[in-house]
Amino acid sequence: MLVCWCGSNIAGTVDINTVVEASKREPGVVYATDYQYMCAEGGQAMVRRAIEEHSLTGIVVSACSPRMHETTFRKAAAAAGLNPYMVEIANIREHCSWVHKDKEVGTEKAVVLMRAAIAKLNLNTPLFPGESGVIKRALVIGGGIAGIQTALDIADAGYEVDIVEKSPTIGGTMAQLDKTFPTLDCAACILTPKMVDAAQHDKITLYTYSEVDEVSGFVGNFSVKIRQKARCINSKLCNGCGDCIEKCPAKKAKSEFDEGLANRKAIYVPFAQAVPNVPVIDQTQCLKFKTGKCGLCEKVCLPKAINFEQQDEIIEKEYGVIIAATGFRPLSPERYGEYGYGQLPDVITSLEFERLMNAAGPTGGALLRRSNGEKPKSIVFIQCVGSRAEPDKGKSYCSKICCMYTAKHAMLVRDKYPNIDVSVFYIDVRTPGKNFDEFYRRAVEQYGVNYIKGMVGKIAEEDGRLRVQGSDLIEDTQIFVDADLVVLATAVEAQASARPLGTMLTASMDQNNFFSESHAKLRPVESPTAGIFLSGVCQGPKDIPETVAQAGAAAVKALGILSKDKLIGNPCIAGPDELLCNGCASCEKVCPYGAITYADKEINDHGHRTTRHVAEINEAICQGCGACTVTCPSGAMDLKGFTNRQIMAEVDAICR
Amino acid sequence: MDKTYLYYPGCTLKTKAKELDAYALQSMEMLGIPCKELDEWQCCGAVYPQATDEIATRLSAARALEEARQKDCDLLTLCSACHHVMKRVNHDIASDADIRMKVNNYSEFETPYAGETKVVHFLEMLRDTIGFAELKKRVLNPLTGRKIGAYYGCLLLRPSNVMQFDDPENPYIMEEFLHAIGAEPVLYSYRNECCGGYVALDDPALVQKVCTKVLHSAEQKGAEVLVTACPLCKYNLTKHDSGDVPTYYFTELLAEALGVKE
Repeated sequence: MLVCWCGSNIAGTVDINTVVEASKREPGVVYATDYQYMCAEGGQAMVRRAIEEHSLTGIVVSACSPRMHETTFRKAAAAAGLNPYMVEIANIREHCSWVHKDKEVGTEKAVVLMRAAIAKLNLNTPLFPGESGVIKRALVIGGGIAGIQTALDIADAGYEVDIVEKSPTIGGTMAQLDKTFPTLDCAACILTPKMVDAAQHDKITLYTYSEVDEVSGFVGNFSVKIRQKARCINSKLCNGCGDCIEKCPAKKAKSEFDEGLANRKAIYVPFAQAVPNVPVIDQTQCLKFKTGKCGLCEKVCLPKAINFEQQDEIIEKEYGVIIAATGFRPLSPERYGEYGYGQLPDVITSLEFERLMNAAGPTGGALLRRSNGEKPKSIVFIQCVGSRAEPDKGKSYCSKICCMYTAKHAMLVRDKYPNIDVSVFYIDVRTPGKNFDEFYRRAVEQYGVNYIKGMVGKIAEEDGRLRVQGSDLIEDTQIFVDADLVVLATAVEAQASARPLGTMLTASMDQNNFFSESHAKLRPVESPTAGIFLSGVCQGPKDIPETVAQAGAAAVKALGILSKDKLIGNPCIAGPDELLCNGCASCEKVCPYGAITYADKEINDHGHRTTRHVAEINEAICQGCGACTVTCPSGAMDLKGFTNRQIMAEVDAICR
Repeated sequence: MDKTYLYYPGCTLKTKAKELDAYALQSMEMLGIPCKELDEWQCCGAVYPQATDEIATRLSAARALEEARQKDCDLLTLCSACHHVMKRVNHDIASDADIRMKVNNYSEFETPYAGETKVVHFLEMLRDTIGFAELKKRVLNPLTGRKIGAYYGCLLLRPSNVMQFDDPENPYIMEEFLHAIGAEPVLYSYRNECCGGYVALDDPALVQKVCTKVLHSAEQKGAEVLVTACPLCKYNLTKHDSGDVPTYYFTELLAEALGVKE
């Protein structure tokens, strides 16, 4: 028994001597002592010496939380030749000295906690972690800026990476943007070189127009089925000349890249700098598929790359790690009937506005009204459309990027068209970021953007213009602003495909379908599921610099696994007593990691041989959460290091 | 139709708004909707009392609701104001224990009433019992080519969590109705704005302003006529239109389409 003072942190409200003396009366305790800082080198040396001199078979350290120093003391024990799982921590700091003011009460509780730890240690057995191999290849799901950056960082470290992207090109939402805040760089100018880098990297393989169909396995050994959808183009033969697109007579499809503001052909590349520069045939629009006639593209294609017979292809590959980088979609404002989106053509979303301002966009960069093609005289921006909202209409969270991109939009309008009046309705303006507030203030002070604190209640069409009715909370009045264009700063929303992908990866998700990180502060790019990492907005709203930073962090964490030859597992995992297991499969249903399967096994029950349906644990997947042990109705499932007997012994010791 | 509706017309439908009532009854007969007028109904109270401790003005609505429960019928309403009062009083009784207790203490019903009755507006009945697709088949004189603006006003829609009628910001039930009778619905921005209601007594200038706004907005979008379910809306709008966009009760157009308008 080793009791730590933690300076005055513990010794201030716990009488250390009483704890030491009380422990000597507990069964199994042969040696007890104390030290001011047990985690310091001197304390650790004391731990090693105690084990060696007294031939200890287990130790209890009464100190801070095991989250803090359990690993430290396990290492010290191992150095002295003791199995590291024969170390128990009694948390007498966070659970005791820090929450008590009265020394008598604190001391009494510390004694009880110490007793519980001793009772548990008496039932501990040495545990030995298993090992498994690592496949030295990473899978990145999503080919936006997050996925591209993660892939480049892993590839530059010398490991193979595959990117699976569901649309025909990589680039993601960033490729649709015009300029980026707060520096106003052109988005395409900084993104497209990275897209090309990814395509040309000898360690990176792109699977565009592809989706993940199935994932099985565990950290180090994932096996994944990728569905490469039929492009109807032989990518190896296509030279990207674009003759097919020119000749295609079906031109009524809405361009996804231009947010439906322009049409595209049935055979198309989403935008000029698409990577790969290989077209796709949209089978729902193609006349050949719809009527059997046409085939003009096939006739003009010199390298004979068009193949109407092409089928989806399933590619099976194995990976050591998987990085989710599925990004986001702007929320559709259709539930906000008061804004008239969908009915009033001059009410548009911010992403649509990006396309209208973009020189490569549907209007060649001219900002024109959707209703009559005229130049607007007045523009109103509305922030928080679907953000910080009532749960039945939008999202409860702040989407984080809208204040800044709206300031950017307002500034760009005033810069390009100084005669246009610009107003912004806001709840709060949030600009925490390097050079962010300076940027917003420039919009107000230098560019004369009219910021109005308040929400909009209705947008009505009156005499061909839009009448925006809102509140001005600073003036405490209802106001009306006449506008020719209204731009809705719509919330960041997780991709619809994120939740099903999370289920496939057995990665936990939050209530908003963002991937959950393992620890909000200390493990922000790791999923709780081993071997799954999170890159970019799929984990929560982020701007581009944060996305890129997180993408790099996810790459480093992934490399931490890829660079190992063997993975050492956590031995504190669940296991069934096959004689007690009744095959009910309750544990399989509650396991958040998919570590439990059922199989028919021959059971030798005291010489009586039967074949029974029993639970099996995949030790590489189990994270030791214990959900199965409390679910199991027959008590067959037990968690090593935290067995039912050990926990009951702790409870008994506390109640004694 | 197995269930008979218990019909609550309300005072205005027997006086100022006789045609709203008459055309509805003719149409229901034609459509074969079993319906019986509530015996000895009283005024609904006309205005929903906002004060939570106001009990007396909720009692006559409670009486109608309890009567419908006794007869095991849904209570069918037509006037927007009556529908509003019935629906909200019913919601109060169902959700507020204090109001429920006081209403029952006053009324001394044989079995305490706890909001069991379902209040159905005529339009909801058309949508849910007959169905707009079926209604379309029963139309003899489709109003083809007629450009009609639906005017909802506010009483049918708000508060939306209690009324549960339609999307309060972008309602569509009346447009669906207009489609069913063969007309061309005209969408305009102010179709769910208030007409001014009883403020007409106190501040007629304000009512003129809001009604003109509604009428102007409908006219600009090409509406030839407006339809409403509310006698007060019709009164206010009619008073302020210049004759270009007259307002009718939706039941009149229904009767016309079904060929029962006399």
